[in-house]
Order: sequence, then C-alpha cells, then structure tokens
Amino acid sequence: MTVGLGHYLTVAAILFVFGIFGIFLNRKNVIIILMSIELMLLAVNINLVAFSTFQGDMAGQVLAMFVLTVAAAEAAIGLAILVVYFRSRGSIAVEDINQMKG
Amino acid sequence: MMELSLIDMVFYLFSAVTVASGMLVISARNPVHSVLWLILAFFSAAGLFVLMGAEFLAMLLVVVYVGAVAVLFLFVVMMLDINFTELRQGMLQHLPLGGLVGFILLGELVALAVAWNFGADVAKNAASPAPIDTATTNTEALGQLLYTDYIFIFQTAGLILLVAMIGAIVLTLRDRPGVRRQNISVQVQRKPGEAYDLVDVDTGKGVSLPGKKG
Repeated sequence: MTVGLGHYLTVAAILFVFGIFGIFLNRKNVIIILMSIELMLLAVNINLVAFSTFQGDMAGQVLAMFVLTVAAAEAAIGLAILVVYFRSRGSIAVEDINQMKG
Repeated sequence: MMELSLIDMVFYLFSAVTVASGMLVISARNPVHSVLWLILAFFSAAGLFVLMGAEFLAMLLVVVYVGAVAVLFLFVVMMLDINFTELRQGMLQHLPLGGLVGFILLGELVALAVAWNFGADVAKNAASPAPIDTATTNTEALGQLLYTDYIFIFQTAGLILLVAMIGAIVLTLRDRPGVRRQNISVQVQRKPGEAYDLVDVDTGKGVSLPGKKG
C-alpha cells in the first residue's frame, strides 16, 4: 500500500487532536496553550499541502503560506500579551485572567 | 509481507516522529522541553512537506517556525520566572473532559474519512485550478502564482506581519523610571552659552564652580 492522501490526512488529524487535547490538558499554562494552537495550525498546513499535491492544484501551497504568516503573527502578539500580563501580575495562570473584566 | 518502498519508509519515519513529538509537546513536564519537542515536530513536518514536493514551504517552515516562532517561545519561557509546577496542579482533573473531546473529534474525523471520497471531476470544477507545473522548481511555481494571481493577498499578509510587529513592540515597550536615555532634541538645542561659563578670577582668591560644593 503506497502512501497516499489518506496517510497524510491521518497524520494531520492526529496532530490536530493532540492540539485540542493539549489545550484541555494544560488549562492553566498559557504558553503550552499557545504551543497547542501552533500544533493545530501545523496540522492544517499538512492538510493543505497534502490536498495541493494530490489534487494537483498549486493554490493550496499558497494558502498554506498565508496560514504560516498568520501563525507567526499570532505567536508574536500572543507572547507579547503574555509578557505584559506577567509584568503586571507576576503569574501567567489562566484563572487569574478573568479578574481583568471591568 | 508488505513491500515498503524507500519513500514509504521515510514517510512513516517522519510521521511517527511528528506525532510522537506532538504528544510530548503537550505532556512534557518542563515547558522548555515542550518547546524543544515542538521544534522537532516542525522539523519532521518539514520532512513530510519535502516528501509531498513542497520544498519551498518545507524550508519556510524551518526558517519561520524553528528559526523565529520556536525561538520566541524559548525566550519567553526562559525569560519569565514562572513556577511551572504550580501551573501543572489539577492537570489530571481536566484529563477526562479533554480526552472525551479529543476522542469525539477523532471519531468524527475518522467517520468523515471513511464516508468521504472525491468526485471524479472535482479538480476540473474547482473555481480557479492552478495546476502544478512539473517543469519548473517548486519555488518558481509558487512565485509565479504568488506574484500574479495572489499579489493582493500577499501584500495583505505583509501588512498583517507589519501590524503584528508594531503591536508587539507597542505592547512590550515600557518607560522605566531612573533610566538615563539620550534626548536628541535637547542635545541639538544646546547653545554654546549654556555649556560653559566664563569667570573672571581675581588674583589670589580662587573661584567656586557652580556645579561643585565647597
């Protein structure tokens, strides 16, 4: 059985589920949550590139590039917010963040 | 005995490493280790991209994710003085719910994969198919598309990065009191008369300088 589209989609699905699972598992740690989101975006990218290759349509790779761009921007902004939050509170526990309502 | 070609074996190697390191990202005790596993996951996903013939994206993944994003994570994890063992408390109490959601999602994905197949004419009916040009390299084919059909989206992506950059700088910049900084306008507006005083010194009396006591 040669490796086909289904194999790549399986890998991406497992990776995506790990990302969701990581968010639930590490509910207190924002850094791990951000890393889980990166994992999920990576899974999405694998899907896009796999469809692009096996459908013979180059547009999927272009879209994967834009996903990559947005992921990089999201990580930068998320970590910047995290640093600011840590400076003001001295902790990054997610439960403390609900005190910001106001 | 199933016959495995070299490409298949490479695929299984890379995908096993990707999945295993993805698992370790979310379960590692130390967040620094999590980041390092994340880097390994990105590297092996780049290997998968190469297998699929998307060489440019694979190299982009290594440069952007491993070179920038993962190092950013590593910086933040090591820079902030966080008690990580405290953050891990109560982790197991979320395990059933997370496991439930994960399994439901995985089941849905499996059901989708089993029930779904492509129609024969999907590629033909796609809105704007851009067939992969096998005569050129992957980078050139991507560039041909990116700078023609997708130029406005490409520019928007650049704008998003600019906004992210400015946003990150504005968020983290702070004025700390007691830090001496260069004030260029004050330096430029300085006149010769303010820089020194001419004092006529009487013979045998000496002079007291304005800046000094005693």
